[in-house]
Amino acid sequence: MTPAALLIALTLFSVGAFWIGKSRSLALVGGSRGVRNLHSLPGHYGLMTALWCALPALLVMGLWLAFQDAIILRLITDHLPAGVRSLPANDLSLVMNDVRNLVAGNVPADSVSDAVRAASAEYIEFRGISRMALTVLIMVMAIAAVITIRSRITPQLRARNSVERVIEWLLIGCSTIAVFTTIGIVASVAFEAFRFFSIIHPFDFLFGTSWSPQMAIRADQVGSSGSFGAVPLFAGTALISFIAMFIAVPIGLFSAIYLAEYAHPKFRTWAKPLLEVLAGVPTVVYGFFAALTIGPALRGWGESFGLNVASESALAAGFVMGIMIIPFVSSLADDMISAVPQSLRDGAYALGATRSETIKQVVMRAALPGIVGGVLLAVSRAIGETMIVVMAAGLAANLTANPLEAVTTVTVQIVTLLVGDQEFDSPKTLAAFALGLVLFLVTLALNVLALHIVRKYREQYE
Amino acid sequence: MSNTNKPRRTPKETQAVVERSLRRRYWAERRFRAYGFTAVTAGMAFLVYLFFVIFSNGIGAFQQTQIRLSIYFDPQLIDPSGNRNIDELRAADYPAVIRAALKARFPEVEGRAATRDLMRLVSGSAAFALQKQVIADPSVIGTTAERWVLASDAVDLLQKGRMDRKLSEAERPLSDNQIAWADKLSAEGALALKFNKTFVTGGDSREPENAGIWGAVVGSFYMLLLTLLLSFPIGVATAVYLEEFARRNRWTDLIEVNINNLAAVPSIVFGLLGLAVFIGFFGLPRSAPLVGAMVLTLLTLPTIIIASRAALKAVPPSIREAALGMGASKIQTVVHHVLPLAMPGMLTGTIIGMARALGESAPLLMIGMVAFIVDIPKGVTDAATALPVQVFLWSDSPERGFVEKTSGAIIVLLAFLVVMNTTAVILRKRFERRW
Repeated sequence: MTPAALLIALTLFSVGAFWIGKSRSLALVGGSRGVRNLHSLPGHYGLMTALWCALPALLVMGLWLAFQDAIILRLITDHLPAGVRSLPANDLSLVMNDVRNLVAGNVPADSVSDAVRAASAEYIEFRGISRMALTVLIMVMAIAAVITIRSRITPQLRARNSVERVIEWLLIGCSTIAVFTTIGIVASVAFEAFRFFSIIHPFDFLFGTSWSPQMAIRADQVGSSGSFGAVPLFAGTALISFIAMFIAVPIGLFSAIYLAEYAHPKFRTWAKPLLEVLAGVPTVVYGFFAALTIGPALRGWGESFGLNVASESALAAGFVMGIMIIPFVSSLADDMISAVPQSLRDGAYALGATRSETIKQVVMRAALPGIVGGVLLAVSRAIGETMIVVMAAGLAANLTANPLEAVTTVTVQIVTLLVGDQEFDSPKTLAAFALGLVLFLVTLALNVLALHIVRKYREQYE
Repeated sequence: MSNTNKPRRTPKETQAVVERSLRRRYWAERRFRAYGFTAVTAGMAFLVYLFFVIFSNGIGAFQQTQIRLSIYFDPQLIDPSGNRNIDELRAADYPAVIRAALKARFPEVEGRAATRDLMRLVSGSAAFALQKQVIADPSVIGTTAERWVLASDAVDLLQKGRMDRKLSEAERPLSDNQIAWADKLSAEGALALKFNKTFVTGGDSREPENAGIWGAVVGSFYMLLLTLLLSFPIGVATAVYLEEFARRNRWTDLIEVNINNLAAVPSIVFGLLGLAVFIGFFGLPRSAPLVGAMVLTLLTLPTIIIASRAALKAVPPSIREAALGMGASKIQTVVHHVLPLAMPGMLTGTIIGMARALGESAPLLMIGMVAFIVDIPKGVTDAATALPVQVFLWSDSPERGFVEKTSGAIIVLLAFLVVMNTTAVILRKRFERRW
């Protein structure tokens, strides 16, 4: 059975187990009249049977499927012709990729070598055996569980307690997924990044000023030594983020002030959600908008002033990104301004300050730490933003502070390096993970700092 | 604090000073207020302009130019042997049928080059459409019928007014002759805009006039469905644990910090995780909605958890106390009483998370969902693409006709998002309860 069919079968089985457990418990005490002689509700006995039927089977199935592919690949590698097996690791992994593609039906069978075809036939055979074994195993486990639990059901069995214990453990298990995600991100990205750093020295990566991610395929090749100095990428990211913040912070902040302090409640109730629509628009839409409209428009204006504006200028990408970030700044600033106690404003009014003076000298000062935190969150968002820059910023790694030129960013390079078919061990692809590590660490630091500031400030007035 | 060196002002002088400064201060007040209003207006203006650009570009994608030709289904060309063999019907020279129809329409056109130009008015896929018609109903062979065939993307652009006729011939995709022919057809009512069924029901294509979004919509649907199935139970379970069961200790603090940080990790990093772990380590297929859904699940979990916790917090403790007082166990209290009351808030958060997942494309690029896929995916492990990724792919295409298709796909994407977010708002309004 395919895993999906097996899953459905197991679900149906568990439903059956529920009824078996429930009716067994009722039968023991002579139908629904004797329910009060049971320790738990009949449903608890059913649930207990169903959980014991499903959970161990699911666990085994998950582990089995997770390692099935790796084990089968290992097996068929051993059966490959000696000539193929003695290939260097890189080429061997390419062969294995062919096998996988053929199995998945992505490539026609006549486009690959005989060895690959044989190997993929063997893969399919092994997979069939594995699936068969899994199906039998799961079914045996499920049936055994149902029979065992059914024989154990007595009116004294504390079924509710054991069911609730299992559920609590399930809840704990779910809540650890967040931790495992973080561990997964750090481990996977760091692992590949360290492989990269074993080829390219971290110092060259972090402080080198030339970025052209090509590696020589042959030792005697000319002009493709490959350099992985990431400074132009960091500078480009910083430039675009700066432009974005230059747009987003004033507009967002003033919008927040206006909406929180001046606007009529009616105006506020429809203006605020409308502004937040800007944050809900998918970034790919902004990217298209930047590439289609803003980029050419800026180029046209530049030409009329005699300026040479690149069609993929940092300004276009930064501008559109700024628009996207306005609602982040404005809604966070709005929260912070609203959190300032009214008594502070009343005090300022009593001293004769006008509204704007109150806002500038009292409210903003009180809300400043929170607003700074919000702006930092927005910066981290700008740094990590991908689609806008992929579509509207260039690929050329220019080290420049001129917003009219094309620059490239960390995220653009990650996408460029990883999209398309590439073997997994070249420095080119590994470089993407090194960039990802830097991106993760920088945004993490910004987030921790921002959340810390925001939380500290919030506690002040609570 | 008073400065004794300065001569004392009379009350009148003080009043004059204050009045002078008041004017300045009131002016500053008005200016400040105007800044605020300008900022809000600017934000709205961007929004309106963005939607205007997308809609004005994209609305045309739902229509496509077609040409009416009176087509003679020539038995000589389609079925020379006359036995209606399906393989022969399939292999017949349908472009020649169209060529004949066009030449009958424009008898003055002569010569190979001119005929080739004439053929360029019609989409390359028109021949396939005829082939399908003939196979579906072989009795048309030998008859003459008026048929609308798909025009090429260049003619489509011309018809929609998106081609500058004033450009010199070399800069245009259509020559002067071709424009003249198209205009003639148009004047006779044989060239018209029709509803673009291909765009709504078709898969991807290299030719703008044949490209459709249905493949991407189905891919997105599979992905969102799986994401929902995975992230809703896990998110609710996490929120319930943290809010109702967990004691505050280092471990739960660690979980909370993690959730808050994951909410702000760039989405592309989740894509790297998916590439390295799900595809690299576990060997799941590339470009599959299954992997996309797993990545999107991790991405949306923080949103769902945070919203669900807020919903659980809003349920007053008295309800729990009453249930516990009646002898319910903790789990019974939560399942029977707290969860139903918190469910609208949780669903709202989930829908918002799903809307975010639907618009997400960067992590999907990482796991290879950018492949050019013509077929409509049939399952969660088939190679597929998603709506936002389709937007990205089309926006990269050099053909001018794809600008319109891209905007059209964006309109569809935005329509889905509007529906989802409106549902969330209605849900919140309808079931919001103040205790």
